Amino acid sequence: MQHLILVLPLLIPLYGAILCLFFWRKLGVQRVIGVATQLSLCAASAYLLSETDQAGILTTHIGNWEAPFGITLVADLFSSLMVVASAVVGIAVFVFSLRGLSNARLLYGYYPLLLLLQMGVNGVCLTGDLFNLYVWFEVLLICCFVLIALGGSKPQLEGSIKYVTINFLASSFLLIGIGMVYGILGSLNMAELAVLIRAAEDNHGLITLASVFFLIGLGIKSAIFPLFFWLPASYHTPPIAISAFIAGLITKVGLYTLIRLFTLLFVLNQDIVLPLLLVASGLTMVVGVLGAAAQVDFRKILSFHIVSQIGYMLMGLAIFTPLAIAGSIYFIIHNILVKTCLFLISGVVYRTNGSFTLKNLGGVYLFQPLLAAMFVIAAFSLAGIPPLSGFWGKFMLAKAGLEVGQFGLVATSLSVSILTIFSMTKIWNEVFWKKRPRTDVTADAAMAEINVADKPVIRLLHLPVLFLVLAILFIGLYAEPLVSLAFRASEQLLNSEIYINAVLLK
Amino acid sequence: MDILLPVLVGFLFAAGLYLILHRHFFKLIIGMMLFGLATNMFLFVIGRLTRGNTAIIAGTDQVASEPFADPVPQALLLTAIVIGFGVQAFAIVLIKRVYQVFGTNDLDDLDKTDRIHEKYPDKASE
Repeated sequence: MQHLILVLPLLIPLYGAILCLFFWRKLGVQRVIGVATQLSLCAASAYLLSETDQAGILTTHIGNWEAPFGITLVADLFSSLMVVASAVVGIAVFVFSLRGLSNARLLYGYYPLLLLLQMGVNGVCLTGDLFNLYVWFEVLLICCFVLIALGGSKPQLEGSIKYVTINFLASSFLLIGIGMVYGILGSLNMAELAVLIRAAEDNHGLITLASVFFLIGLGIKSAIFPLFFWLPASYHTPPIAISAFIAGLITKVGLYTLIRLFTLLFVLNQDIVLPLLLVASGLTMVVGVLGAAAQVDFRKILSFHIVSQIGYMLMGLAIFTPLAIAGSIYFIIHNILVKTCLFLISGVVYRTNGSFTLKNLGGVYLFQPLLAAMFVIAAFSLAGIPPLSGFWGKFMLAKAGLEVGQFGLVATSLSVSILTIFSMTKIWNEVFWKKRPRTDVTADAAMAEINVADKPVIRLLHLPVLFLVLAILFIGLYAEPLVSLAFRASEQLLNSEIYINAVLLK
Repeated sequence: MDILLPVLVGFLFAAGLYLILHRHFFKLIIGMMLFGLATNMFLFVIGRLTRGNTAIIAGTDQVASEPFADPVPQALLLTAIVIGFGVQAFAIVLIKRVYQVFGTNDLDDLDKTDRIHEKYPDKASE
């Protein structure tokens, strides 16, 4: 049976972007189109989630070419959760960009690029074809390239050279892996490949070799130790309305693909691959959090924390039990929301105080107590203080780790949480609590002026932060629905017959 | 050809990676191009080099007559070439822009975003 609902998360942003291109340099019209697109995208993804929740895995064969021959779109619970999270984050970033980005950048096509990027993310999450996956990754990446360089300021250009070069290499590795898989097994449909790999009698070594190419390619994209150096060097350079979306979502999409492929396809030789992932996840956590401890820039601290949090998500895959995978899924969704929220908060702080450097900031609590309260919620959620959302993810992961006897990794993950609190406390002390530095009196005057003139603007910038904080509180205080969804998603991932049967119509 | 092409692909990979590791902008671009080419060639070669017919099925037949070349890797290759072309075009423009803005040809001069204390003024990234 064909489910056209699957095509909507791809078509809505595509049509929105094309319409925006028709109204090039007419920001008012583009904004209206953007609002309509974001809202309908959100509605479509929510509908997709409720459908996959009730009917199980949905598939669509594009052009009615039956499964192993044509391109199939597949939505299970994990992919629909990702699509919903990206739509929610998309709305927040879109609202922030209405006033949080300079007009010069908006005029050069920010809105169509954002929509195309969302299309790429949804495409990666929904595709059931290996080569199609690569194409969606390229759609997503080229939008990221342009967005990071949009405006062409010095730091952006420097960051984007690093980003472009390393991600070009990562994509090539991904393509080599896909070519190897096709050369060995002669198919590109992920469900058929899953059957072929499980039935393969020889070539186990070659398949594992191909999986290493995927591991390296996707490892670069999702910033796993030791392949993460490009991330803190580039993610903080673009304006917040751009970096919040990219930082919140793109590395998690890489990790989504890693989890999908290593549960569905590359299940051979797990006794070699999983310990490797285990070590990588522990080192990713530790190195990320230690890197953050040394930084003195709001956005750079957050960028290093992205790396650190990636370790937790990888930890679930490395432990490879239903509870652990569910923990990873919950953690990914939680982290997409929290990370975007923290980046947006840094944007609001910059807008009202004119700096990202901790040394130049201070006393925000005095002027913007609401913003400070929202930062506390997001930061504690990131660190995993109960009852906020990060706690449940870390609790599930730690419990799964203890059940299989990975005491070292669990201890590492818990001590990394403490170091996360340390970094967040540093931001809190420097940005919100300490006295405003006395060096320039003009800044105070300028700030007072901003507060009078820009009050509606600042209020509008608070809106997406508030929206995300409410979302974080919701999945934290009322965690049951998301936790049970994550459990059922991990059941679907680990019982690959469900996926195979749904796609190949057995 | 079955021996020569894999060796050529390996040589292209090595040359591409070597040039990407260079500090010079121009060599970076050439390296990215060679690496992309190597990837495309790899896709082509791994689809087996079959000499013979195309996979077009003649009027009355049910299947294509053996031996025929597998069309799937060629279709993939075509897509990958187009994507690679787009990415490389963007990379060339980006690097030209970087050269104009920074006035340098050395990647080692672009290390400010990696440093902790030495950084661009905040205004630059507004």
